[in-house]
Amino acid sequence: MKTRNTARAANSIVRIYDEPGPKTRRNMQIGSAVSMLALGALVIAGTAQFAAHGQLDPAKWAPFLSGAVWIYLGAGLLGTLQSAAVVAVLGGILGLFLAFGRMSRSKPIRWISSLYVEVARTVPVLLLIYLMLFGLPQLGINAPTLWKMAIPLTFTTSAVFAEILRAGITNLPSGQLEAALSLGLSRGQAMRFIILPQAARNVSPSLLTQFVSLLKDTTLGYIVAYTDLLYRAQLLTAYLNQLIPTYIVITLVYLAVSGSLTALATHLQKRLDRKPVPAVVPAVLPALEHSAR
Amino acid sequence: MNAFFEDFGSLADGLGMTLLMLLAAGVGSIVVGALVAVARISPLRILRGAAFVYVQFFINVPLLALLILAVFALPAAGFILPIVPTAIIVLTTYESAYVAEALRSGVNTVPQGQIEAARALGLTFSQSLRLVIVPQAFRAVVQPLGNIMIALALNTSLTAVVGVVELTAHVNKVNLVYAQPVLFYTTGGLVYMGIALIIGLLAGRLERKLAIVR
Repeated sequence: MKTRNTARAANSIVRIYDEPGPKTRRNMQIGSAVSMLALGALVIAGTAQFAAHGQLDPAKWAPFLSGAVWIYLGAGLLGTLQSAAVVAVLGGILGLFLAFGRMSRSKPIRWISSLYVEVARTVPVLLLIYLMLFGLPQLGINAPTLWKMAIPLTFTTSAVFAEILRAGITNLPSGQLEAALSLGLSRGQAMRFIILPQAARNVSPSLLTQFVSLLKDTTLGYIVAYTDLLYRAQLLTAYLNQLIPTYIVITLVYLAVSGSLTALATHLQKRLDRKPVPAVVPAVLPALEHSAR
Repeated sequence: MNAFFEDFGSLADGLGMTLLMLLAAGVGSIVVGALVAVARISPLRILRGAAFVYVQFFINVPLLALLILAVFALPAAGFILPIVPTAIIVLTTYESAYVAEALRSGVNTVPQGQIEAARALGLTFSQSLRLVIVPQAFRAVVQPLGNIMIALALNTSLTAVVGVVELTAHVNKVNLVYAQPVLFYTTGGLVYMGIALIIGLLAGRLERKLAIVR
């Protein structure tokens, strides 16, 4: 039993560490006990601090047992997801055009796309949102609430999507395009049927990770008064007057939603990493196939 | 016109605050991130688990929600600090999760054969870590760390929402007085672009310095 346990423990960290001997194993046990005590003390101290200020009073948390509060917050979560979806679709389309623009054979198009990407990646979204909120109305331009947030977010997100897609396209082996062209496909057909499907699959984890980041950025709805989860939470605190429970609950909601998407992205990445690399040299002996894996 | 230039000068105060937060949270997040990364690849399962939870929490929770929680809600539980240190702490913990992830994947880029070879040559664990693993891993993380620092520079602007008077807040304030949106927001944007450019150039230089010449 004991040997199996150490073997399994060693397996996950075998990359760096030697198989622990009896002395190391004892030190590891001491280290585990000490860290467990330290982490436990931290948790207890935090809980005690909250309890001392009456923040663990069940009455403070009771509102979150009622359905009405969850329906109210649910509308905010829906707004968060909707705005993220709108920006993801627009940013994805724009990003695809920018990625092609950066790889275009025409110099001015390459130049303009690169400039766009560089600017959009190095300007804070908040500054752009303030421009939409306070700057443009002075010039007589006033966008609806959702777009005050969605336009700046699309601007910045499209640049990141463009870089991810471009990396996916340029990282494919050049033989893919050459083979497609030599089969008589046009450049556009080769892109559509050969390059893009492979590139999209290879970068799907990165795109998903970027979507999580976008989902987090929709909290800027709080500033433009768009009905997202954070804005709804703020309105709820005005009604319940329970700051800590409300913000902790919505933090956990964000953690659950984006955490599951991040887990999905990790899963996709693992599956891509596991996918056998296409053999350049044809396998010689079938018997070797097992060891090659 | 004089007052105009004075207010333009107040943008410099805002820039100072932005740079202060960038520097403090930048150094802090690299230190904390390195500690978390060490815990994340340590042989102790409990430390690995705790570091995993830490990283996942800060990677999946929006920075703005954390800032609002820390500035407006946590004082009710007795966690009271002035606003700028609070903002710096939140930025540090938030970015340190990204730093930890970058460092961990940096260690993962070192091929298994390198570690095996170091061991076969008779290097002790600390020698192989110091002479083989860390130098190679460091090379692979310069660019990602540069990107995280650029993200941090842009993220400092979010502290304007909770009341820190930094560059974005100053731009906004000055614009409300003079109603010159194009001028002021473009200036603000260019300053942020300049900061990002400098970080990018520094990271590029560091990377070239560390590059392996084969």
